[in-house]
Amino acid sequence: MNELLGDSVFFGLFLSLFTYWIGVKIKARFQWTLLNPLLIAIVLCIVCLAVGDISYETFNQGAQYLSYLLTPATVCLALPMYRQMKVLKENWLPVLAGVLSGCVVTLGLVLACGWLLKMEQTLTVSLLPKSITTAIAIGVTEELNGISAITVAAVIITGIIGAVTAGTVFKLFRINEPVAQGLACGTAAHAIGTTKALEMGEIQGAMSSLAIVASGLVTVFVAPVVASWIFG
Amino acid sequence: MKYVFQVMIIGGITFAGELLHAWLPLPVPASVYGMILLFLCLCLKIIKEDQIRETADFLLLIMPVLFVGPGVGIIDNYMAVSDAILPFIITVFATTIIVMAVTGLVSQAIIRRMGGGKNHE
Repeated sequence: MNELLGDSVFFGLFLSLFTYWIGVKIKARFQWTLLNPLLIAIVLCIVCLAVGDISYETFNQGAQYLSYLLTPATVCLALPMYRQMKVLKENWLPVLAGVLSGCVVTLGLVLACGWLLKMEQTLTVSLLPKSITTAIAIGVTEELNGISAITVAAVIITGIIGAVTAGTVFKLFRINEPVAQGLACGTAAHAIGTTKALEMGEIQGAMSSLAIVASGLVTVFVAPVVASWIFG
Repeated sequence: MKYVFQVMIIGGITFAGELLHAWLPLPVPASVYGMILLFLCLCLKIIKEDQIRETADFLLLIMPVLFVGPGVGIIDNYMAVSDAILPFIITVFATTIIVMAVTGLVSQAIIRRMGGGKNHE
């Protein structure tokens, strides 16, 4: 199968779009918040690769062209932020407090889990930047002598969990201010959470975009300090 | 031609973000530099919203699809965590949900105390 598809540029691209389309259909049919199209697409793709004994490299030959668009798409998050400038200015205090508390709780919880579950130090430090956007997270991990592969997996899974559970979490804890919802998505689940926030509304999307930047910057500076303080 | 121009502007900003990423010694990715740059350009009216609107909205709309590839990519990273898969999953799961709740509740409490917000109950 790998030889057959080895030269194909569009196999991975088609499979990504096709599985996502199926995900959207399933979501529309059952209306269950935990049925997230992205999650369905990823699971279906992994099943297809496993069943057909196709390597990730073969798949990614085509799928990477979609991933290339991630950088310009992230750049475009500036637009909802600009449109919601007024809300942003009025809410600088909740933004600051929400993002800071989110970052501190992330670091504290990862350290607590590491201690309780007796994780190795390398694993714990690799998980510290799990809630920030991939590229920043890799930078932080390298500085802490963690393993980037672990960080990348943790960041992606965090994003998916965030996007899948956001609706349920907000209902459970009665978080219904749009600004608070957006900040929660972006701080806990970076860009993937932001896609969910954009779905909820433009204020949520704008706040979530802002939270990606803010929590990324806070973590860059705080994580190394905390890590050297605990493990130093 | 409108779309060519829009893609050009967004592509140009993204490229500028890549240059900043290459030149500045900070662990900030090109996408975040680009986002800040585009935000400033919009605020300073160097770029007008209608010069990027349709293309930007399209990219934002399809953004979840763009994560399918990286998501499938975690199968390649599985080996790195296979030794400690349970602690890994528990930590990632618990942290994400608790952080989301804490961030939401803290910011909501402040919004309500400031007397703003949309949902007075």
